[in-house]
Amino acid sequence: MNSIQQLFQQKDKNLLSIYFTCGFPKLDDTTKVIAALEKSKVDFIEVGLPYSDPLADGPTIQDSSHKALQNGINLDIVFEQLMTIKETNKTPLVLMGYLNQMLKYGEDKFCEKVIDCGIDTVIIPDLPMVEFENHYQLLFDKYGLTNVFLITPNTEQERIKKIDRYTKAFIYVVASSSITGAKGEISKEQIAYFKRIKAMNLKSKLIVGFGISDKSTFNTACQFANGAIIGSAFIKNLDKNGVDKIDDFIQPILN
Amino acid sequence: MKSKFSPDKNGYFGQFGGAFIPELLYPNVKELEDNYIQIIESDEFQTEYKSLLKDYVGRPTPLYLAKRLSEKYGAHIYLKREDLNHTGAHKVNNTVGQILIAKKLGKTKIIAETGAGQHGVATATVCALMGLDCTVFMGEKDIERQAPNVARMKMLGAKVVPATSGSKTLKDATNEAIRYWIQNPETFYLIGSVVGPHPHPDMVARLQAIISEEMKWQLKEKTGKENPDTIIACVGGGSNAAGAFYHYMDDEDVELIAVEAAGLGVNSGESAATSQLGEVGIIHGSKTILMQDEYGQIVEPYSISAGLDYPGVGPLHAFLYESKRAIFMNATDKEALTAAYELTKIEGIIPALETAHALAVLPKMDLKKDQVVVINLSGRGDKDLETYIEHLDK
Repeated sequence: MNSIQQLFQQKDKNLLSIYFTCGFPKLDDTTKVIAALEKSKVDFIEVGLPYSDPLADGPTIQDSSHKALQNGINLDIVFEQLMTIKETNKTPLVLMGYLNQMLKYGEDKFCEKVIDCGIDTVIIPDLPMVEFENHYQLLFDKYGLTNVFLITPNTEQERIKKIDRYTKAFIYVVASSSITGAKGEISKEQIAYFKRIKAMNLKSKLIVGFGISDKSTFNTACQFANGAIIGSAFIKNLDKNGVDKIDDFIQPILN
Repeated sequence: MKSKFSPDKNGYFGQFGGAFIPELLYPNVKELEDNYIQIIESDEFQTEYKSLLKDYVGRPTPLYLAKRLSEKYGAHIYLKREDLNHTGAHKVNNTVGQILIAKKLGKTKIIAETGAGQHGVATATVCALMGLDCTVFMGEKDIERQAPNVARMKMLGAKVVPATSGSKTLKDATNEAIRYWIQNPETFYLIGSVVGPHPHPDMVARLQAIISEEMKWQLKEKTGKENPDTIIACVGGGSNAAGAFYHYMDDEDVELIAVEAAGLGVNSGESAATSQLGEVGIIHGSKTILMQDEYGQIVEPYSISAGLDYPGVGPLHAFLYESKRAIFMNATDKEALTAAYELTKIEGIIPALETAHALAVLPKMDLKKDQVVVINLSGRGDKDLETYIEHLDK
């Protein structure tokens, strides 16, 4: 069973996931951030692979990716860092990166390394469904990997149903038509959209992301989904207050 | 026209192309994909497109036998005068077509990216013509080096948004345009080259194909034959080359030469010669040849010419390169400048810096006396005067 499915068996409400960028703020902070998030009882962690041209990301994550790359981060270093905590870390990790990183590294080599690090779920925002069907589904199956599909307010019902059938971990419900980055609040239109998705009674678990920034937006999202992901707001806090203050950011959201 | 250089149903030219887009863009791209061919092939579109190209853009553009240039290089060299189009470059062929498609799809807000500013100006122009809202993303570095075009866009009523990430050039302007598009899915992304997710490369190639369509009958009139021996065009993303090659791609006896910008030299670390320095990768939603490091991070390109300063190349060109249908050459900044001064002095035509790269390969070629060569003179050099003046005495 997939690590995220196992997690859902233990807990399927109010799951908090945090996105962070590897190698940020410092090159060797990757494992420190994961350890701190685990200690703060975050349910699962999105491990962001810094990319030079992250099309789906807003200024905060772009900036953290840029700094991480300047720190000298690369895929080999990320995999080395993740290997060092493989035995100690118990919080499920989801790897998020862009398709070109996987393509250039070598698709098979990439999948092998990810599994080696104890990760079985990936989010690749620029991997479209048709490419998944034609090629990547087989590749991922071969290695026991699963990928997460995104749906947006403009995704048609039929397509959502198809995504539901392909989903083994969870469906990433993009909160609004936007790139990543906190909006501050959740609008009526967004709530109508969350309700519409919830009413579809999909078999897959739903995790909301993009624009979730604090306790209030987290709680709202959790009324309609199994949990939510905070990214940019966490990165901003990390940048400002450092790894030592991670718990101060997480606790107000969980309590 | 169905040819082996047309994309398949998923938008692939050989192994290149496709639509590697976040789900957020799927409905927009799908809408265009479902409609573009039908619209382009409709009588209504063709009538309006051709009439605007004739009366507004000033087409057909002349095919001019450059006598002194021909004498110098010992061949029959024709210049396809895209520089004489309204707004000064081939870019307007595409923007006139796409603005009609946008209108047909009921879109009222237009966004575009621009490098040298030619596509930005051409987009702002058609938006003014149609009374549509226009936002152009342009790299901060390009805003500095292409000031006249920035002024034109503003005068035409467009909003120019600086792209401040990465190398602050065309790649980054395109990133920002795509991010804006994701956040504003009601907008129409009027892309400027044969790049981006399917169907954009094919759509833009079809709209630029007017260049080679005219070349055929013009050559027939002037030489008695529709086909030249050689066609030369510069390639950044590759839209003018796609237009100049389009109706000749299946005629294997016509030699196609694509010229990339070598910057300070192909191996100098400061170059934009994608075919020589790139490997298969994904940029702006398309699988193509891409300048990248060993981890797939996109490398910042360099060229004196803002329009060729791009780390990728359209998927059609990647396929023309891989299948060896086209020959890829390159020219350095210095060679391009020399060629620009030469054309100015002996033919009285100041070419755009981009176009100068195409002219710059003439001295490197082994031309035959009877060889008919067409160079796509993609744009005029008004926008580059500052650079030309700066280097004139060097």
